[in-house]
Amino acid sequence: MAVPISLRFAEREAIVMAKFWRGWAFSLFVMPVLFLGGIGLGLGDYVDDRTIGGLDYLTFVAPGMLAMAVFQNAAGDGLWGAMGGWKWMGHFNAAIATPLQPTDVFTGWMVSRAALMACTAVTFLVAAALLGGVPSLWGVLMVPAAVLGGLTITAWFSGFSIGRESDASFPVMIRLVILPMSFFSGTFFPLDQLPAGVKPLAMATPLWHTVELGRGATTGTLGLGDLVHLGYLVACVGLGSLYASRGFNRRLTS
Amino acid sequence: MSVVDVVAVARAPRLEGPTGRSLRIVERNVRAYRRYWLALVTGFAEPILLLLSVGLGVGELVGKLPGPGGKEIPYDQFVAPAMLANAAMNGAIFDTTYNFFSKLKYGKTYDGMLATPLDAHDIARGEVTWALARGGVYAIGFLLVMVAFGLVASPWGVLMVPVALLIGFAFAGIGLGATTYMRSFLDFDKVAMAIIPLFLFSATFFPLERYPDGLAWVVQATPLYQGVALCRALTLGDVHPALLWHVVYLAALGYAGTRLASRRITQLLQP
Repeated sequence: MAVPISLRFAEREAIVMAKFWRGWAFSLFVMPVLFLGGIGLGLGDYVDDRTIGGLDYLTFVAPGMLAMAVFQNAAGDGLWGAMGGWKWMGHFNAAIATPLQPTDVFTGWMVSRAALMACTAVTFLVAAALLGGVPSLWGVLMVPAAVLGGLTITAWFSGFSIGRESDASFPVMIRLVILPMSFFSGTFFPLDQLPAGVKPLAMATPLWHTVELGRGATTGTLGLGDLVHLGYLVACVGLGSLYASRGFNRRLTS
Repeated sequence: MSVVDVVAVARAPRLEGPTGRSLRIVERNVRAYRRYWLALVTGFAEPILLLLSVGLGVGELVGKLPGPGGKEIPYDQFVAPAMLANAAMNGAIFDTTYNFFSKLKYGKTYDGMLATPLDAHDIARGEVTWALARGGVYAIGFLLVMVAFGLVASPWGVLMVPVALLIGFAFAGIGLGATTYMRSFLDFDKVAMAIIPLFLFSATFFPLERYPDGLAWVVQATPLYQGVALCRALTLGDVHPALLWHVVYLAALGYAGTRLASRRITQLLQP
């Protein structure tokens, strides 16, 4: 068997997503670009370039908004998507009735989400480049950085979701975890502006590490020191996957 | 059923008339949300976080820009009233689209209600009233945050609360009406398609002058712009009779939307 069996689950996801593209194309592809146009371009004229290390605002904000878009989609997918899989639509349960194990379902789920995030990231990056917000060719590395960062959320949030009985707590997770992370992780303005007490909190978020990697890529300033960000994100995905596969095992075999 | 509930039910007939009956829907929502109070309380979070991030954070990068009448104002003061207007729209849309749809299709909540003396008009009125009550509380909370940050330059700012209700009314009607045409959650991508451009391009984050001429006219014709312009004028105390046009626009939209919604819900629930 040359192809890992978990890819069969990813294939199922891909077929279904392709069939219902009208239901998500706007949120995944167009919306992030509108945000970039609306805030990066529209507001950029009023921002004094000297305040953010010589970058124009569009260039500064593009990697931040790309990562933010990927994270927010990952959170919604991780929470409601994973609950849909066992509770509302039941395709996780159906998959278990085949030779797939719960861990295969989880792996296939992660692979399909990674592919989707890569599509969002590529669309956004091309748009940002066309608008003039990606000065370096290294910018292509923003795509794997965003996918890796997004997977931290897919893993942790799917793991959280699969252990819940209802979706009542999900909006709270979005508002108390994802939104503060989205707004204060060096996405819209530099971390140095944050109060000293809040800054370490922002530096602990996977989004900040993703934005740092991404901004290094799009501006062509990546260095060896950025391996720290990479290592942090890999560790977050690894631990999150352990947590989530345990949850998938418990939920889908009971 | 507790004694209180029994008394409430026994009293119900006294609250006759359309207003009284639709308040039963509001009461139902209040009771249903008691278990999810955290979901209600955290509704404050989004506009406030956005204000802190864009208003204060990005504001530090922007400095001042031209407000109404071309007078230079600090960016946080420029963006805060727009956040309030946007939050009023968002709240109303969320309640009357996602929440309304899940009750309609999945919870079968309204089928249960129609088995009582309530009719479809009561449901439409009740849900709009609930969305407005909730929006009003959020607006007051946000206004207090604005005052705490010194972002309300004029006492006229207090009128932003009724304006938030008006914005909520305008969008709640459209939301309910649109939801009656939805077939599945896949259709909700279209809600985002309508709401996000309004959020970004209603002179929310940057002034009307930044738009090319033709586009500026389009922006001025859209519904959220009316709310943003009203709120911004009120916080700055830049009050003049022409503002009433925005009020008329929003009121007319709300009236038309609620009429449509009421008729559609009747068709859908009491065929």
